[in-house]
Amino acid sequence: MSVTASDVAQVALLARLTIPDDRIDEVTDRFTRVLDLVAELQQVDTDGVLPMSNPHDMEQRLRADEVTEVNERDHLQQPAPAVEDGYFLVPKVID
Amino acid sequence: MTWEMVMGLEVHLQLATRSKIFSGAANRFGAEPNVQACAVDLGMPGMLPVLNEQAVRFAVMFGLGIDARIGKRSIFDRKNYFYPDLPKGYQVSQFFEPIVCEGTFEVPMPDGDLFSIRITRAHLEEDAGKSVHDRFPNQTGVDLNRAGTPLLEIVTEPDFRTAEQAVAYLKALHSLVTYLGISDGNMAEGSMRCDINLSLRPAGSEAYGTRTEIKNVNSFRFVEKAIAVEAKRQQELLEDGLSIVQETRLYDAERNETRSMRSKEVANDYRYFPEPDLLPIVLDDAYIAAVSADLPELPGAKRQRFIEQYQLSNYDAAQLVSSLAMADYFEATVTACGEAKATANWMLGDLAAALNRENLSLEDAPIGPLDLAGLVARVADGTLSSKLGKQVFEGLWLREGSADEIIAQRGLKQVSDAGALESLIATVISNNPDQVAQYRAADEVKQKKLIGFFVGQIMKASKGQANPKLVNELLARALAGD
Amino acid sequence: MPDINLATATAAEVLGALNNRDISSVELTQAYLSRVDALNGHLNAVITVDHEGALTAAKDADDARHRGEGGILNGVPLLHKDIFCTSGLRTTCASRMLENFTPPYDATVVSKLKAAGAVTLGKTNMDEFAMGSSNETSYFGPAHNPWDLSCVPGGSSGGSAAAVAAGLAPLSTGTDTGGSIRQPASLCGITGLKPTYGRVSRFGIIAFASSLDQAGPMTRTVEDAALMLNAMCGLDPHDSTSADMPVPNFHDALRGDLKGLRIGLPKQYFSELLDVRVANRIQDALKELEAEGATLVDVDLPHTQEGIATYYVIAPAEASANLARYDGVRFGHRCDDPTDLMDLYARSRSEGFGSEVQRRILVGTYALSAGFYDAYFKKAQQVRRIISNDFKQAFDQCDLIAGPSAPGVAFSVGAKSHDPIAMYMEDVYTLSVNLAGLPGLSLPAGLINGLPIGLQLIGRAFDEATLLKAGHRFQLRTDHHRLAPPFGEIS
Repeated sequence: MSVTASDVAQVALLARLTIPDDRIDEVTDRFTRVLDLVAELQQVDTDGVLPMSNPHDMEQRLRADEVTEVNERDHLQQPAPAVEDGYFLVPKVID
Repeated sequence: MTWEMVMGLEVHLQLATRSKIFSGAANRFGAEPNVQACAVDLGMPGMLPVLNEQAVRFAVMFGLGIDARIGKRSIFDRKNYFYPDLPKGYQVSQFFEPIVCEGTFEVPMPDGDLFSIRITRAHLEEDAGKSVHDRFPNQTGVDLNRAGTPLLEIVTEPDFRTAEQAVAYLKALHSLVTYLGISDGNMAEGSMRCDINLSLRPAGSEAYGTRTEIKNVNSFRFVEKAIAVEAKRQQELLEDGLSIVQETRLYDAERNETRSMRSKEVANDYRYFPEPDLLPIVLDDAYIAAVSADLPELPGAKRQRFIEQYQLSNYDAAQLVSSLAMADYFEATVTACGEAKATANWMLGDLAAALNRENLSLEDAPIGPLDLAGLVARVADGTLSSKLGKQVFEGLWLREGSADEIIAQRGLKQVSDAGALESLIATVISNNPDQVAQYRAADEVKQKKLIGFFVGQIMKASKGQANPKLVNELLARALAGD
Repeated sequence: MPDINLATATAAEVLGALNNRDISSVELTQAYLSRVDALNGHLNAVITVDHEGALTAAKDADDARHRGEGGILNGVPLLHKDIFCTSGLRTTCASRMLENFTPPYDATVVSKLKAAGAVTLGKTNMDEFAMGSSNETSYFGPAHNPWDLSCVPGGSSGGSAAAVAAGLAPLSTGTDTGGSIRQPASLCGITGLKPTYGRVSRFGIIAFASSLDQAGPMTRTVEDAALMLNAMCGLDPHDSTSADMPVPNFHDALRGDLKGLRIGLPKQYFSELLDVRVANRIQDALKELEAEGATLVDVDLPHTQEGIATYYVIAPAEASANLARYDGVRFGHRCDDPTDLMDLYARSRSEGFGSEVQRRILVGTYALSAGFYDAYFKKAQQVRRIISNDFKQAFDQCDLIAGPSAPGVAFSVGAKSHDPIAMYMEDVYTLSVNLAGLPGLSLPAGLINGLPIGLQLIGRAFDEATLLKAGHRFQLRTDHHRLAPPFGEIS
């Protein structure tokens, strides 16, 4: 299975990563080698096999509907790169 | 060419839990930015979701309320996209296996007739935060208080053909979820948000046209207007031989137009996959039966009961059950006075008009069910004419006291004493000899018209308190006499 | 200092000295901190040292001991892999993305170990976001193997393994998504346990692949691993995937012999691909287990090879979503002067993540994208179930499965870093265990040309007790775990 540099660029856009032009061939090459590796999957007959998302087939536990958290905004915003008046800031978004 | 409109609706309903769907932060509207966003809601490194049992219960209640199949093993999935109000870069939702599967919903139209909408599914998910665009120059502020609010997304089949149906559905949905107590359904505050998928096709055609999705319309009135304006836009394009672009559009209420939301279109490959931080929700029959046993009487059943128990019309019953407050008010009034039809008339007539005029909700009305029952009873027993009743209603509205107190204070008792009325009649006859002569000369048909004059004079003389039925009877006899 | 040799001291020995009042925790902590300060320049095993916090915690532990209180690890120094969030102590995940991130909370594992009285010395180096098998993807540079400083310590918990091997701490925490505790334990000659998925809470551990990640102890001995596991594990209401299973006293479970224990040998683990010298060491180790009364049986794990492909779809796919939260908005690296939202995202993420992390995000994004989900992700989840069933069938015939922890010994820094596939093969014997969610234990099994190799034992789900008992009996008969790298002596 081979992918092109433009396929990789499209995936990078989805993942919000930029690949510099001078590295796109190398990234594409390594990407292709990983895809070749995972292509082994296609050899396995999986007809009728239920996909497995979690190892032990356990069920979700439920939490009581209680408020357990208090306002810790100042504490939680310590690591934030840009905050004003309690808001996180990002470059202006135009809808 | 005539066009047929085809619509399906997606409603995002905020569930009225105390805490968020996956964290113990408070689920409340309108607080300072980010004070209700805990580390889980902020998607901080290492934080994990734990599911709120009440959100699950509310979803099941809704499913049972529309006779839907309940997904006994539903799973959460991650919907992946980048946006500043989506802290983890994915929304936890249910894509492959929803908790509520196909169901049907009987929607009363304004005339009282029912029409049936197929519900495709309803699933649990977390709400996103809010972006604030107008507060900072060149920056957008992000408030994540809303992030993690439990949502039930309710999706219909494309069963709507008119805006009126769409609004009727939303109103019926609103009444269902408030009966269930699972949401306040407040559209203005965003507790109930509606996306409209709309397309046109030539009348008689089976195939669907290309649709657009109108996002987040936040009132019943705007739903109606957004549908009208988008249908008109599509029709004009089609009639010009142009095609419709499948896209997401935003309704701008100020300009009454829809416009394309290009920012959402950059890359919409959501890459759904099962959320590995959560396990399947498994519901057994006993759980579902227990939830079902706890359900309150729902609008449909109540409407049917009102028709049968109180001999109401479809229209009156549909109106009265549209909110639980109204239905409860009605039943409390009827219990006290025993007059169902008259109570319905007062509620849907004078009371509704007064509330509307003062922009009040029924809960804030100055007239309680027992007050109204007092009035209805006095009209029923003949103490008040319907005209005097209106005066008592005014008194009740101004909180002058009970109906009987107002009758006494305002001296509004209807005069039904034959002796008193006969002397009034005698005075009127002797004061108006010409009219009496004219009456006596007229034929039977003309007499019926002419008698109105005498009734008017008598009512005037009695300050409106004469029993009109009795006056007519006695007057006819007196005029026919010698 | 009483006669404790920090280079080889176990937690049990250290606890004995503390309980006898031969030494205080403050003295012990100071001694370990000095050792970290002296040796870390060569090893680069520790990213952040918390002198002040450690000494305060040690003082508290001493006070508790004086009051006759304190948990099962009271006063014992320990290092945390820098993937565990530590309140008020920088937690980087060895990434530029989190270079300056100080979490406002502790991981459940961290608070449990604190409650047990353990003293946190600092945070260990690792592969960036735990993605790697050599510690070379760390933003802070590779950690070095104390057995040969030119070699890698393995990964991703390479710093933790190197630190314990060099005696910078008697205990460290690790996480294991595809072998990240067991492979570095093997390459550094220490004991490493990956518990059953769900045994230890993942809350507060920076996620790599949520359905595979599991934290565990990295220690010199099985006895220490048992002690530490008891302090770390148990149901956590904050982690939906943490298991509500009874927790035995693992230390008590070490008693008893191995009579009647059946050990399964998968033929796929002993194929011609395995370095013959490693195979011989493993055979020697198996003879010791036989001598303890265990019997060896052949078992079949037919999809071992496909496990690699399965893992390298599922882990990157989950990671691609888990790492989407690093967007430069609420925490972590943000690029300078973003021009718009897209620029903020793309530049912050491309600057913040190293190339292996970016590669895995790309692969994972691809495997989930429209048109490829069924062929890659869903297919991998199906093969995952087949692999899990293979293990269940094998465990019909045996009580434990044995094999190598890694295909070879430690390799030179740089030897595999340009070939992702060669690096991925490091985990061929370990990652199926994560796919099936089973417990796995790596035990020192001797040296090849002065470099350690590990014996891996795999148990049934939630049966760490049998695994630890077998490991303990093995260590009672052998001295491999007592060997210390020559490096440790130069201090």
